Amino acid sequence: MTATLFAVQVLNGLQLGVLLFLVAAGLTLVFGVMDFINLAHGVQYMLGAYLAVTFYALTGNFFATVILALVSALVLGLVLEVLVFRHFYDRDHLDQVLATFGVILLLNEGVRIVWGSAPLSYPGPEILQGTIPVMEGFGYPIYRIALIVAGLACAVGLWLVVARTRVGMLIRAGAANPAMLSALGVDVRRLFMIVFGFGAMLAGFAGVMAGPIFSVEPGMGDGVLILAFVVIVIGGIGSIRGAFLAALIVGLVDTLGRSFMTDIFKLFLEPSAANQVAPAIASMLIYVLMAGVLFFRPTGLFPAQGRA
Amino acid sequence: MRRGLMTVAVAAGIAVAGAFGGAQAAEPLKIGMMVTLSGPPAVLGKHIRDGFQLFVEENGGKLGGRDVEMIIVDDELKPDVALTKVKELLDRDKVDFVAGIVFSNILQAVFRPVTESETFLIGANAGTSTFAGKACNKYFFSTSWQNDQIHEVMGKYAQEKGFKKVFLMAPNYQAGKDSVHGFKRYYQGEVVDEVYTKLGNLDFSAELAKIAASKPDALFTFMPGGMGVNLVRQFNQAGLADSVTFLSAFTVDGTTLPATKDAALGLFSSSQWTPDMDNAANKKFVTAYEAKYGSIPSLYSSQGYDAAQLIDSAVKAVGGDLSDKDAVIAALEKADFASVRGDFKYNTNHFPIQDFYLVKAVKRDDGAYHTTVVEKVFDDYGDVHAKDCRMN
Repeated sequence: MTATLFAVQVLNGLQLGVLLFLVAAGLTLVFGVMDFINLAHGVQYMLGAYLAVTFYALTGNFFATVILALVSALVLGLVLEVLVFRHFYDRDHLDQVLATFGVILLLNEGVRIVWGSAPLSYPGPEILQGTIPVMEGFGYPIYRIALIVAGLACAVGLWLVVARTRVGMLIRAGAANPAMLSALGVDVRRLFMIVFGFGAMLAGFAGVMAGPIFSVEPGMGDGVLILAFVVIVIGGIGSIRGAFLAALIVGLVDTLGRSFMTDIFKLFLEPSAANQVAPAIASMLIYVLMAGVLFFRPTGLFPAQGRA
Repeated sequence: MRRGLMTVAVAAGIAVAGAFGGAQAAEPLKIGMMVTLSGPPAVLGKHIRDGFQLFVEENGGKLGGRDVEMIIVDDELKPDVALTKVKELLDRDKVDFVAGIVFSNILQAVFRPVTESETFLIGANAGTSTFAGKACNKYFFSTSWQNDQIHEVMGKYAQEKGFKKVFLMAPNYQAGKDSVHGFKRYYQGEVVDEVYTKLGNLDFSAELAKIAASKPDALFTFMPGGMGVNLVRQFNQAGLADSVTFLSAFTVDGTTLPATKDAALGLFSSSQWTPDMDNAANKKFVTAYEAKYGSIPSLYSSQGYDAAQLIDSAVKAVGGDLSDKDAVIAALEKADFASVRGDFKYNTNHFPIQDFYLVKAVKRDDGAYHTTVVEKVFDDYGDVHAKDCRMN
C-alpha cells in the first residue's frame, strides 16, 4: 500500500460521498420538512439517468442533456407530487411507505417497458474525457474529478439557499415547526411542493451525472436509496449540513473499507481466511457505523436546529 | 337427448383420435418456459425466451410435428417463487417439458420437483456443478455448459499465454468463488490478489486502483450483467486497458455490449458460441433473430434456440409420442440437430461436449457490437464433474 494508492482511494470515497449527498439532500429535506417518507426518491435518481439516455440520443450533447434532463426530472417530480404524494402528507408513515413503494414498483416496471431491461449508457462530455496520470498505467478519470467539483458546488449552492435566502429560512422553519409556520400565514403546501420538486431534481441530477460512469438499468436507484437513508440517519434528519458530512463519511468509510480491509485482515489471518471474512465485514461497515450513531447520538451527528 | 348426442360425439372423437395414433397427437405439446423476467438480470431471461420462440415460429409453431403451447413464467430470481410456479406448471398445466432456467439457485429449487415428476427439464443456461456430477438426473439436459468450463477456458488461456501475474476479481457469492476456483484449475502462475466485491457493486474505482498498484499482466473477472457494464467502462476510463489484459467470463457478451460500446472493444471473454460463427444453422439463426428482434443475438439467445431445436429433434424421433419416457431420453441423448455453435454431443451427465473459444468484442460495419472468435481453447471438451455422475 502506497501513499498514492491511499490518496486515490480517498478521492474515490469523496466521489461516492458527493453522489450520495445529491440523493440524500432531497431525501432529508422531504423527510425533515414534510415528515414524509419517500421511498420513491431512488426512482427519481433512476429516471434522471434514463431521461439523460434519451436526451443524449436526441441531442448528442452532454451539457444540453444535463439541462433537458434536469427540467424533465423537475416536472416529473412535480407531477408525482400532485398525483400521488400530496394525498399522503397527512397520513401515517406506514401508508406513505406503502404508497411510495408502489411507485417504485410501477416506475421500475415502466422503465423496463419503455427502455428495455438491458443496461444502457451514454458518454460523458468530450472535454472531460481522459485521465490524470497518478500511477504507472493508471489514471484518474477527469470526469470523476468534475463530478466531485459539481457535487461540492451543489452543496455550497444548497447551503447558500438554505442559510441565506427567504425560501431557505422558511424551509428551516418548516423543518423545526411546520404547524407554527402555517399559523403564521405561510402557504405550507406550496413550500412542500417546491421542496419536493427541488429534491426530485437533485436526485435526477445525481442520476444524470452517474450515467457516464455506471450502467443505466431498471432498479438502479434502489441500492442508492438505501445508502441515502443511511446517510440521513447518520447526519440527522432534515439537516443539509448533516447530510453533506454524513455522505462524505459514508463514502470514505465504504471505499476505504473495501480497499484496505482485506490487507488489514491479512496481517493476522491466513490469506484465504482473510479473503472470506474481509469483504463481508467491509460491506457491513457503514451499517455498523449507523448502528453506532443511532446508539450514541439517536438524532444523528448533526441534527437540524430546533428539532429534538 | 342432448346428453345422448354429446356422448356419441365424444365417443366419435375418441375413435377418430385413436385412428390417428393416440390421443396425444391432437393435443398440443406443452412447454413450460421458466426464466427470469424481472429485476436487472431480466435481459438474460428475455434473450433465452426470444431465441426459443424464434425457432418455434420458424418451424410453423410446431416442435417435432406437434403444435406447441408455451406457458411462460417469471421466476423473479426468487427460489421460493420458482418452486410455487414450477409446481403449477407440473400439477395444473401438466407440461411435457420445462425449459429455460437462468440462474443456479433457481435450478436448485426446481430440479427435484421437475425430475421427480418425470418431466423433462431442458436447462438453457445454469450449469450447476452438483447436477453435472453426483446429483445428475436422466430427465435433465443442458444446452449451455457446466459453469466451471467457461472459467477454465480463461485459466487455460492465461497459462498457455504465459501470464506470470494475474489479478482475480469476482462478486462475493458462490458463483463468484466457483469462478475463481475454475480459473485456478488450469492457471499455475502467481495470483497477485483475489478480490471479492459486493454482489451488485456499481463503482469499481477502489478495486481498479488496487489492480493498478499491483501491476498484474492480466485481470480475470466474472461480473455478469450491470456489474460488468460498470467494470468495463471504468476499466477503460482509467486507461488500464493498455497495461493489463482483460480476461473475463459472462462480462463481455451480447447483453452488455450495447451498453459498454467502444469501451469493451478488444476485451477478452470465453464462450462456446459467437454470432459470426460460420455454419449454416447459425447464419440462419442470426439473420432471422436480427430481422425479428432488431438486435444481434447473445449467447443466451443461442442457448434458447438450441433448447427448442433439441426438443424438436427428440419429439420428432419418437413420432410425437412422449409416453415412453426412456425412448424420449434416448432421443434427447442423441442431440440430433444442427446446433448453432457447431459441434454438440451429449456427455454421460447430459451436459454438452463442445468446443470453447477465446472471444473478443468487435464492432460491425453498421456500428453494432458483437463477440468474435480469437482462438479455440478447448476442443470437444466435457466437464470435470461428469466422472461423478451415475445416471439412474
